[in-house]
Amino acid sequence: MPRVKIKRSKPTLDMTPMVDLAFLLVTFFMLTTKFAPDDAVIVDTPTSVSEIKIPESNVITIAIDKDNRVFYGVDGQQTREKLLDKIGQKYGVTFNEDQRKAFSLTSNFGVPVRQLPGFLSMGIDDRKKVNQPGIPIDSLNNELSEWVWQTRLTNPQVIVAIKGDVDANFTTINKIIKTLEERKVSRFNLITDMEARPTSL
Amino acid sequence: MAEVQEKADSGKGGKKRAKKMSVHLDMTPMVDLAFLLLTFFMLTTTFSKPQTMEIQMPVKPDNIEDLTPVKAENATTIILGEDDKIHYYFGLVDDNPELITTDYSANGIRKVLLTPRVRQNTKMVVMIKPMEGSRYKNMVDILDEMKITDTKRFAMVDITKQDIDLVQSQN
Repeated sequence: MPRVKIKRSKPTLDMTPMVDLAFLLVTFFMLTTKFAPDDAVIVDTPTSVSEIKIPESNVITIAIDKDNRVFYGVDGQQTREKLLDKIGQKYGVTFNEDQRKAFSLTSNFGVPVRQLPGFLSMGIDDRKKVNQPGIPIDSLNNELSEWVWQTRLTNPQVIVAIKGDVDANFTTINKIIKTLEERKVSRFNLITDMEARPTSL
Repeated sequence: MAEVQEKADSGKGGKKRAKKMSVHLDMTPMVDLAFLLLTFFMLTTTFSKPQTMEIQMPVKPDNIEDLTPVKAENATTIILGEDDKIHYYFGLVDDNPELITTDYSANGIRKVLLTPRVRQNTKMVVMIKPMEGSRYKNMVDILDEMKITDTKRFAMVDITKQDIDLVQSQN
């Protein structure tokens, strides 16, 4: 840059290219971002060499945390709303408009149906603090079975994904698998983390 | 803070004081904001969709007699025990087979699944029987080993009393 004159002025930096780039990236991230769903529980999934990706929609996620509590989640706000009505009818529990709205925005939950109205009436912050007991999966009171069945009636395209914690007991997992088999779901997915495939056997 | 900087006078122009001006805009606040947003989106974004492992459980037959029993030479049983241990035996439990204990490492069960005895027998069926004390990771790990070793014929089977007795008697 040829200097014309030594003048007392602030040094200016042409920031245009940097700004261009910054906004390009901002736009990129804004468009590609998909916020991590606000999960009710932290699940540390085991690793596998499998490279199949989970579909983005029509997925039932059954999460099992390290204390063997079972959480249920399905995507799609309309699906959830219809599902809640059906479950409500089935168990004779009525939900008001606010609770239905709250349920349609809940990505997953782990409370029995009887406690669900109370749970949904709580504020969003209180809900996070409450210790959810998990969905009953005992053979006498298998609510999970009903949730899966009603979801499949509501949206026949759903696939089932099991998201188990590393330390979840096999007995619990087995109960869930048996429950699914009873409901004629014999193909399902296990959600895992990535792991490199060993190069040599 | 828009700042007008004077440039060298060109000498031309209508009025005396009119000068060619280039407008400099202080972009710092905008850049601050842009980078703030950039950082925010970069940190909140979830790129990697989780992997999944597909498993297909056998459909229960209507008639139990339709099933053909596995021959002793074509059977391998892997029992997932407590504390991340694996017990395995070849053949059927009735013949009181020798139970061997191994682990999930690359030199453990993988080596067993790669032995000619399992590998070269196309009729070999690997039965996976998780014990009650095993954890979910064990199940995923063993299914993963099946995938790594490309073992096609395997099944998740409920553990029987005989198997539990065998594990207890030989440990």
